[in-house]
Amino acid sequence: MDLGLDEETRRFRDEAREWLRAHAPTTPLPSLDTAAGFARHRDWERLLGEAQWSAVSWPREYGGRDATLLQWVVFEEEYYRAGAPARVSQNGVFLLAPTMFEHGTAEQRRRFLPRMAQGADIWAQAWSEPEAGSDLAGIRSTATRVEGGWRLRGQKTWSSRAAFADWGFGLFRSDPAAERHHGLTYYLFPLDADGVTVRPIAQLDGETGFAEIFLDDVFVPDSDVLGPVGAGWKVAMSTAGSERGLSLRSPGRFCAAADRLVDLWRRLPGSDAIAERVADAWISAQAYRLHTFGTVTRLAEGGKVGAEASLGKLFWSELDVALHETALDLLAADAELAPGSPDAVDDGRWLDGYLFALAGPIYAGTNEIQRNVVAERVLGLPRGPR
Amino acid sequence: MRFAPAPEQQHFARSLHDLLTDAGSAAVARAVARGDLSAGQSVWKQLSAIGVPALLVPESAGGLGADCADMITAFEELGHHAVPGPLVESAVVAPALLRGLGDEHPEIAEPWLEGLASGERVLTVAHPLCPRVVGARWADEVLRVDGHDLQVLAASALREQRSVDPSRHLDTIKDGGEAERLATGPRVAAAAAHAVELGTLAVSAQLLGAARMLLEMGTEYAGQREQFGRRIGEFQAVKHQLADVAVAVEFARPLVRGAAVALDSDSPDTARDVSAAKVSASRTADRAARTALQVHGAIGYTQEHDVSVWLLYVRALSNAWGTGSYHRQRVLSALTAASGRGSEG
Repeated sequence: MDLGLDEETRRFRDEAREWLRAHAPTTPLPSLDTAAGFARHRDWERLLGEAQWSAVSWPREYGGRDATLLQWVVFEEEYYRAGAPARVSQNGVFLLAPTMFEHGTAEQRRRFLPRMAQGADIWAQAWSEPEAGSDLAGIRSTATRVEGGWRLRGQKTWSSRAAFADWGFGLFRSDPAAERHHGLTYYLFPLDADGVTVRPIAQLDGETGFAEIFLDDVFVPDSDVLGPVGAGWKVAMSTAGSERGLSLRSPGRFCAAADRLVDLWRRLPGSDAIAERVADAWISAQAYRLHTFGTVTRLAEGGKVGAEASLGKLFWSELDVALHETALDLLAADAELAPGSPDAVDDGRWLDGYLFALAGPIYAGTNEIQRNVVAERVLGLPRGPR
Repeated sequence: MRFAPAPEQQHFARSLHDLLTDAGSAAVARAVARGDLSAGQSVWKQLSAIGVPALLVPESAGGLGADCADMITAFEELGHHAVPGPLVESAVVAPALLRGLGDEHPEIAEPWLEGLASGERVLTVAHPLCPRVVGARWADEVLRVDGHDLQVLAASALREQRSVDPSRHLDTIKDGGEAERLATGPRVAAAAAHAVELGTLAVSAQLLGAARMLLEMGTEYAGQREQFGRRIGEFQAVKHQLADVAVAVEFARPLVRGAAVALDSDSPDTARDVSAAKVSASRTADRAARTALQVHGAIGYTQEHDVSVWLLYVRALSNAWGTGSYHRQRVLSALTAASGRGSEG
């Protein structure tokens, strides 16, 4: 399909394609959920950062390229088409940075963003708690005012790669009298600070992809509070609908996976029934891609993405699972061979991708919560009991 | 790069929506189902007045010379209101066939295109992908594509059938039925191939529009109907079904638009993109129909309730212009063929 890319975007795309061809690892890196794999992925982030490819949509002064939203989408397509490594910096670059651009002080942006772009600091999120998952407003971890800052106490969990990361960001209850969404504040803290204990948790695939974080009177200076005290919920949610904070997953990832699925099907033709599912997976990836171009158009013309982001989250998380399930069904008896097995097809990446995809309907807001958002805020159905 | 309906297309869709709302879409479909064509023909007159049948007719023949992006805007709205009659055949497929014949058979193509554009002439078309004739009794002529041949069928060649959608009049072509050859040769085959892509896209847009209406109906009902002392739309078991339909509609629409862009730009990926649109629109409309029915409960299962009009409309169109299997196969064939071509994607 001719999307009529403008000259500058085409030049940008060609430059990205050329750089990725020359630099992207030709063999997959070890899993980023292992200590060794994490280090290799951090090296890759450094390389990306030195060439200003790690956060293309950021201003140049922080290590970006001032890329347009369309250029970002195009870069992501090239990135995944090149088979480049998973982004170990993604929680920082895609979740924290948009919030920092909107709510951070100039000093915070100068101090944190360039190091984030260079892979010098890798950030872990500290949202969920044992008693606050989908019901995030049930946060119990506290922040207590002290001279020059705050002391954090409590327990955070399901924190991706916190076992290896450098910094954490999350919400804490700074007003003990306030309830639910009120009285929360957004804090930044080093994971090697006094009082922080990180306990890795083995995931479904056996790797320590996430961790619990225990905070025992961890001191955070005022300069590491993001946004106004007490307004943490608003600060955390405000960028969900904004341009930079588009919680969109890049269509490039799904399109590249769908193309590889079609290739796998050609190598191992299965039954006609599986052929139809291969077609469906490709069609869904293409739908997601075109939908993203629609979103880019809307944003470029001054529109906003609010609750509609939930439509996208439901769609990509389910398409990712269906795509990888289809691949495993094509692989039949070989599907269970884990990476490292001598007979594993494509080095076991389909199984890896499948296990990763299974988390999609859970993280970034479970799909049950997303369906409530769509029903109530997009369709306008009445709010019901939770 | 701009991937969204143009403001004038949005405006056109709104005008169509208002016109069809005033006409009372469900009442029109019911009247036509009872055999009263006049209600349907009066809507067609209004559609002609704002240029729907002229969209794809060249300006030289008095048409609007519009593109597929305009066409899908109109057809989504026609599906939104389940407008009966051979609209796809007369306003999309026939103009494409005749445009393809123009150079060789101007004596047929020109007057017929002019008649289509003004709304004075209605045509319908049978094609191997859609072997039965839709809406013959609305049409002045029934065309049939048969390989390299384009024929006009005699009325005696048709045998009436009944569609699941009672507003859709359907005939089978009798074996050896009388037909007059209008044109023959590779030009016919090429024009027919292109016309089929356009027809398939138009039906996809209709299915998308119908899905949207079914979602609107289900949402409205769930927001009003009370059981157990609360509106049923408060129950997650109900709202999640509607949310899933909203997702399906949201992600079918860009495929329909993408296929229109492909056709308008003569993209080598046209067949792939049209088939992807049809697969997605059919599946979405089926899902929307099932959900609307489930949300309405028993009242939705009655003929008197409007859900039935759209549910049966969708059922008839779902496999029209190629089944899901046929179009999925076409997507895979195109992807397999394209892997050597180096697609721009």
